[in-house]
Amino acid sequence: MSQSHSVARRYFLKTTAAGIALAAAGIAPRRARAQAETIRIGFPVPLTGPFGTEAKDQVAAAEIAVKEFNDAGGLGGRRAELLVRDDKLNPGEAATRTQELIEKDKVHFVVGSLSAAVQLSVNAVTKARGVIFVSISQSDAINEAKDWSKYTFHEALNPHMTAGAVGRYAFPKFGKRVVFLTADYAYGHEMVRGFQRAGQPLGVETLADLRHPLGTTDYSPFLPRIQALKPDLLILSNFGKDQVNSIKQATDFGLKKTTRLVAPVLLYTARLGGGPEAFEGVVGGTSYYWRLEEKVPSARAFNDKFRAAQGGAVPSDYGALGYAGVRSVLTAAKGAGSTDPEKVITTLRALKYDWYKGAQYYRGCDHQAVQSVLIIESKKAGAMKNPQDVFDIVHIDPPDESTLRSCQELGHKA
Amino acid sequence: MTGITLDLLLLQVFTGLALGTIFVLLAVGLSLIFGLLTVVNFAHGAFFMVGAYMGVYLLGVTGSFWFSLVGVPLVVGVLGLVVERALIRPLYGRGLDYPLLLTFGLGYVLVDLIRIGFGIEGRTFSTPAALQGSVDIGVGHFPLYRLFVMAVTALLLLALWWLIEGTRYGLIIRAGARDPDIVRVLGVDVSRVWLLVFALGTALAGLAGILAAPMRGVYPEMGIPVLIEAFVVTVVGGMGSLRGAVVAGLLIGMVVSLTSLVAPPMANISMFVVMALVLLLRPSGLFGRAGLMG
Amino acid sequence: MSALRTALGRVVALCGPHRVAVMIVFFVVFPWLMPYKALAINVLILGLFAVGFNIVFGYTGLLSFGHAAFFGLGAYGCGIAIARYGLPWPLALGAGVLLAGVGAVLIGGLSIRRRGIYFAMVTLALAQLVYYIFYQAEPITGGENGLRGVDVRTIALGPVALDFLAPTVKYYFVLVFVSLALWCLSRVLESPFGAVLEAIRENETRARACGFDVDGTKLAAFVLSGLFCGLAGGLKAMHLSIVPTEVLHYQTSGLVVIMALLGGMGTFFGPFVGAAVFLLIEDQVSLVTAQWQLVAGSLFMVFVLFFPNGIWGSLLQWVGRAP
Repeated sequence: MSQSHSVARRYFLKTTAAGIALAAAGIAPRRARAQAETIRIGFPVPLTGPFGTEAKDQVAAAEIAVKEFNDAGGLGGRRAELLVRDDKLNPGEAATRTQELIEKDKVHFVVGSLSAAVQLSVNAVTKARGVIFVSISQSDAINEAKDWSKYTFHEALNPHMTAGAVGRYAFPKFGKRVVFLTADYAYGHEMVRGFQRAGQPLGVETLADLRHPLGTTDYSPFLPRIQALKPDLLILSNFGKDQVNSIKQATDFGLKKTTRLVAPVLLYTARLGGGPEAFEGVVGGTSYYWRLEEKVPSARAFNDKFRAAQGGAVPSDYGALGYAGVRSVLTAAKGAGSTDPEKVITTLRALKYDWYKGAQYYRGCDHQAVQSVLIIESKKAGAMKNPQDVFDIVHIDPPDESTLRSCQELGHKA
Repeated sequence: MTGITLDLLLLQVFTGLALGTIFVLLAVGLSLIFGLLTVVNFAHGAFFMVGAYMGVYLLGVTGSFWFSLVGVPLVVGVLGLVVERALIRPLYGRGLDYPLLLTFGLGYVLVDLIRIGFGIEGRTFSTPAALQGSVDIGVGHFPLYRLFVMAVTALLLLALWWLIEGTRYGLIIRAGARDPDIVRVLGVDVSRVWLLVFALGTALAGLAGILAAPMRGVYPEMGIPVLIEAFVVTVVGGMGSLRGAVVAGLLIGMVVSLTSLVAPPMANISMFVVMALVLLLRPSGLFGRAGLMG
Repeated sequence: MSALRTALGRVVALCGPHRVAVMIVFFVVFPWLMPYKALAINVLILGLFAVGFNIVFGYTGLLSFGHAAFFGLGAYGCGIAIARYGLPWPLALGAGVLLAGVGAVLIGGLSIRRRGIYFAMVTLALAQLVYYIFYQAEPITGGENGLRGVDVRTIALGPVALDFLAPTVKYYFVLVFVSLALWCLSRVLESPFGAVLEAIRENETRARACGFDVDGTKLAAFVLSGLFCGLAGGLKAMHLSIVPTEVLHYQTSGLVVIMALLGGMGTFFGPFVGAAVFLLIEDQVSLVTAQWQLVAGSLFMVFVLFFPNGIWGSLLQWVGRAP
């Protein structure tokens, strides 16, 4: 009995010792942090979930920007490195992951996010800790003074710009009697506001703004009313799967016979997932579509790099933003000769660039990238030259600060 | 809300009925397994999703929607057989929680297996050519395909009713649900009955999946909202009651439809309001038996 | 192996009476065992959430699908108090706990007489209503964008101001509250009230026959559970500096069920073990592959089939101490 006790005690001591060793091992890497100062860029994107395709594109595109930077000698020999994290399209997870990236991995910059809520959550974490964040998803709230952070730059469009550009194109062409089918969250509401602002001087009339719960799968109960109203335009201010399903079901209900379908943001992947029949003739906006290469040299250069890296695939809209965001911040670091946030902010604010879609710059008061909005129309199945040829670019709304909400309206002093 | 004409109201009611039949279709497999096996099948949504993907696959191989429509329930039913034998059977008699956790895990696994096999971005599923377009039903245009789904669901329910009420198997199923021990004493292999019921339930989930595919598209996460909807319908109807599932499905379809007309943002929450009210007033749902699995 | 088993058995036997103390000691060194501190803090918070959930589930046998409501009410209560009313954090945390308690009285009062799956679904429905209300109240809650501005930078401790942004400070701050909560719970379970809970779990009919107020006790347990979950929610709001709508989402209710089952329901440590294992798997596997759900899902199935008492419960059984 006593022997078994002493054996047990020895085992106990051993396991305790092992535990302490394990704990020490946990501490050790922290102390021995290598001072080989790579430039670390945290990259939280939703690898799992409905936008996994975009997220993978974003990673692939961002890696191209990192490779370019390293091949060109980095920042005085300092190489860049991308630390990809899955934010699961979940703001809580994104906040945790961003804390990890800043506190444990000591990243110099954060680039990423693909939803307004995730973007605002990453923004809250980086703002409090003084880390530069280049956001690559759409939201109006983040431009406003209340959420604004001097450390945050907005590479993507915002709902006001996008909806405004699409509205200015669509209202004169397709008619003035409009019904909105809107996903009931800030992004959807902001899009509607953008359309209405653009429509006001044109005398556009809103017949109804039907707000559907986010993530609705069956739109049939919303459609009879739209059918009865017979609008010239049905504007679907929703995103992703919501958009695919609402367009598909509106088509099934025969709405296209009387009404033109318009979406503020027409996603490349949503169109691939929804098929040509449902999307035929649908008009919308985007920050990027690969066929911009027919008009813009930097788009061709970027597409070629992406094709070479990804076996001939073309980058999606949100994918391309991963490239632009990372390239901006690395270029600014190189220009500043440092990763010091204050210095990099100064160079970013002064940056005039053309990475992939023509001339761009960050507006002074809110750090919004002033850029073009492409208006695209979904092609008929018969007119497609290849499976990637899904849209025609029917118009390009040029970069122009006057299409943004003014700095005063956003609550900024300057 | 202005501009609500009689025609619009009638079309809205009809849309609600059509939506209700889809709810019934989603719920009936769950209800069967739930009611007879007292297994809370959290993988129901995943079987629904697998059904849609099997539809994509069979359609690709055979080129025929009609063949796929028959093939999918068979394939998913066989999957159900395997799952019941290998995973669910060891858990009978261990209460509500273990099958719940197991099927929750199974749901995760099925979704990711589909992602690996078919990609994460989802697939298109065109409405079969013969059922495309909308028809004028007197008060407005209505998609032909949705009428077809209503008809299929009605036929299916008749067949189920006949199976359970009119055949020897049905008698055993009903008796087994009431008191498995007695049935076992009478020399019937109850575990075999449960195996078949589970397979039937999953086959129905799969069939719902392929039928929903032309309306809702096909993607790995498509089963998540379905699981909740199916649970709500099953519970409002009362567990173990097929009649309850039908009535509750139609009721909820109607409520969602009319809510969408007068207060669109409340479309989703309305079904939970119905569930809360029904369960507060009738503790076992509309047609449920009190105390089942209490 | 058998020696290890005996050793562990002895350790567990020794720890039993001092379970809270042992747990606290473990958690003092815990952050050094985790990949990063923000995750360690999440384990503490979700562990507390699971412990709170377990009061209802493990000790009274009621399966609630609506516990996100209390976690979320705690988070929003605390978050709104800080972000909208500028209250100091102790008051805000108190407000969160109180709001969760009120929610638990209402939801518990309506649902406590339901049984089995019907109880689960009533709690789900009522929790969805809470979710809907907070989702729609955008001017106050931030709606789908989430509540921003839950900005706690320093914790004043007499003359010392602790830097709340420092992860180590934040971890031990959260640990203090979790420890207090566990100590309280331990006392409650050892009290006569705990004995009644035990009696109800064992045999409700008999407990009723013995003259215990079964419904009243269940409701009290439900509210107690709500208070613990509310505290966890409040801490979550301070930890993240935002309140995302997902705190009220039914998937959060599902998550806590899974964590409690995985760890071992009805055991004191189980829910914490479940939370730690779940979060660790999710975190580490998702670094390697986007298919983390495949790994997590398979693991659940293995546990249900082969370790039905959960991780902690099975461990207790293995060392010869039935859970």
